[in-house]
Amino acid sequence: MGASDAPIVEKAGAPARRRGRTRVGDAVFKGMTRIVAFGLVMLLVLMIGVLAADGVRPFREFGWRFLIGRNWNPVAGRQSFGALPFIYGTVVTSTIAIVLAVPVAVGLALLLNEVARGWLANIVAVLVDLLAAIPSVVFGLWGVFVLQPAMDRTIEPFLANTVGKVPLVGPLFRANVSGGFQGGDVFTAGVILAVMIVPIVTAVGREVVSTVPRDLREAALALGSTRFEMVRMAVLPYSRSGIVGASMLGLGRALGETIAVAMVVGNSLGIHVSLFNGGYTIPAVIANEFREASSEGLHKASLLALALILIAIALMFAALSRLLVRRSAALVSGGPAPPATELARLEGAA
Amino acid sequence: MERDGSMTDSVVMRASDLENWSTGAPDGARVRNAPAGDIEVVDLNAWFGNHRALRDVNLSINGRAVTAIIGPSGCGKSTLVRCLNRMHEEVRGARVEGKVLFDGRDIYAPDVDPVEIRRRIGMVFQRPNPFPTMSVLDNAVAGLKLVGGLSRSELRERGEWALRAAGLWEEVKDRLHEPGARLSGGQQQRLCIARALAVEPEVLLMDEPASALDPASTLRIEELVQELKERYTVVIVTHNMQQAARVSDWTLFMLYGEVVEFGPTSKLFTRPDDQRTEDYVTGRFG
Repeated sequence: MGASDAPIVEKAGAPARRRGRTRVGDAVFKGMTRIVAFGLVMLLVLMIGVLAADGVRPFREFGWRFLIGRNWNPVAGRQSFGALPFIYGTVVTSTIAIVLAVPVAVGLALLLNEVARGWLANIVAVLVDLLAAIPSVVFGLWGVFVLQPAMDRTIEPFLANTVGKVPLVGPLFRANVSGGFQGGDVFTAGVILAVMIVPIVTAVGREVVSTVPRDLREAALALGSTRFEMVRMAVLPYSRSGIVGASMLGLGRALGETIAVAMVVGNSLGIHVSLFNGGYTIPAVIANEFREASSEGLHKASLLALALILIAIALMFAALSRLLVRRSAALVSGGPAPPATELARLEGAA
Repeated sequence: MERDGSMTDSVVMRASDLENWSTGAPDGARVRNAPAGDIEVVDLNAWFGNHRALRDVNLSINGRAVTAIIGPSGCGKSTLVRCLNRMHEEVRGARVEGKVLFDGRDIYAPDVDPVEIRRRIGMVFQRPNPFPTMSVLDNAVAGLKLVGGLSRSELRERGEWALRAAGLWEEVKDRLHEPGARLSGGQQQRLCIARALAVEPEVLLMDEPASALDPASTLRIEELVQELKERYTVVIVTHNMQQAARVSDWTLFMLYGEVVEFGPTSKLFTRPDDQRTEDYVTGRFG
């Protein structure tokens, strides 16, 4: 207990205090993140719970036939509800959108990141981003007044005369049940959706493509690859999982898009092979009918059940994409360390 | 321990590889006897944006010999070697002026396709960069696939030949279909050398090929360089002066983007003409 001890105690005290403060900060931080995370999960559970509370009624009423029923009749007394036309319409329009949008978006991402440089790339990039800023109801209007007439008069007859004659895929591109091409149809809706999701898939795709290590690009170039071969050899294989992820993001938006689709899809219950027939999607029917559905009736419960099914479809696609991503990520694991050191070293010469 | 054992094995193996090299090479591989691979650098200047990385470099690189480029960090040695196969221009904002004559022809002439140049002048980078999504064998023949026109069996044969030439065959012959990224760092680097050799370049540029590797792997790479010079012009950038002294016939010392001294390695390390060279090789700076 000599006087010489005092400074030592003081020295030891300062860091201890600091450590104590960090612990409090950690605890607060931990608590806050827990609350937020828990709250978010609760929100999801609550939402699904509320949907399910009423949404199970049609399943109780019709059993599994609710899922495969093709009839949807809300008229009192003759009520009958089947979800299949909506499931079909939702899946088909979204699939068309993905099939059309992903190649375009990947091409755009590669163009902007690998080929075009300077002002041209900037202009295109800005235009693509602007596309994302257009409200969907405007897309719908454009669809009704511009795209749909063009489809009916020119594009669909042309497709029917060309692709329609190819075996296997041909039947998808034939005249509709009334023998012509008039009216809203799932193909037009798919095209609109494709235009709508191109910006997001392109933006994410560009991010993905830009993470390809410089090492790999140079490896390909040093072997004597052209720019295109370099993309095929180094860029695309490396970014495959990311591109799948980007596509799934686009798909998510396509599945949930409501108003633009409702304006051009035809809103009819048929399920036909040809894509030039009208259809109906889950978001569209919910938006169109929620007002008419009485609060206690089976109609409302059926709409809620459709919402549940929509969530299930989205989750299924998400799970599928996880699976795809994991598979291609397994190939890349153990790959080279992050990029940029080569560039840093080169520029270190500066 | 284990590594030591496998090393002696493969050194023996590689001596026989060398004998097989001219005879055992698959039919598609042309036998090289034309004197090739002389490189003449004339008034070469290179920039990154506004920064001038090379200043009036003049240099004659002899074919079928190993030329080492040494110098402190940032002296432009990597830039110089990347100018020799037109990789420098792939960096955004980079620019080159001057001539590089390869077998008498300027590779910067307007009618020359850089893709063609890079097929004839191969490159190995500082960090092993096998394609992560490709198997060992696919990595080895990646360049050949670009050229095209080879059947699967021919590709496999040429791949085996390249892997043998890079001294890797014995270690990977049972793992040809595993991902290339699963090999050790040293093996990955030899895989990259195999990949560069498979297209049968005339020159092999190596940009600090061993700086990311452990000593045992470094030794293997150095041995390999010694073997390669029988058939290729090798230009190797290195941070390590002992390495330059061990592997090279000619050494180039650079400082601030300029050539300070170029001469036979033995002379440059023992009786340099320039005081700065002497200071550098004796470790007074750098």
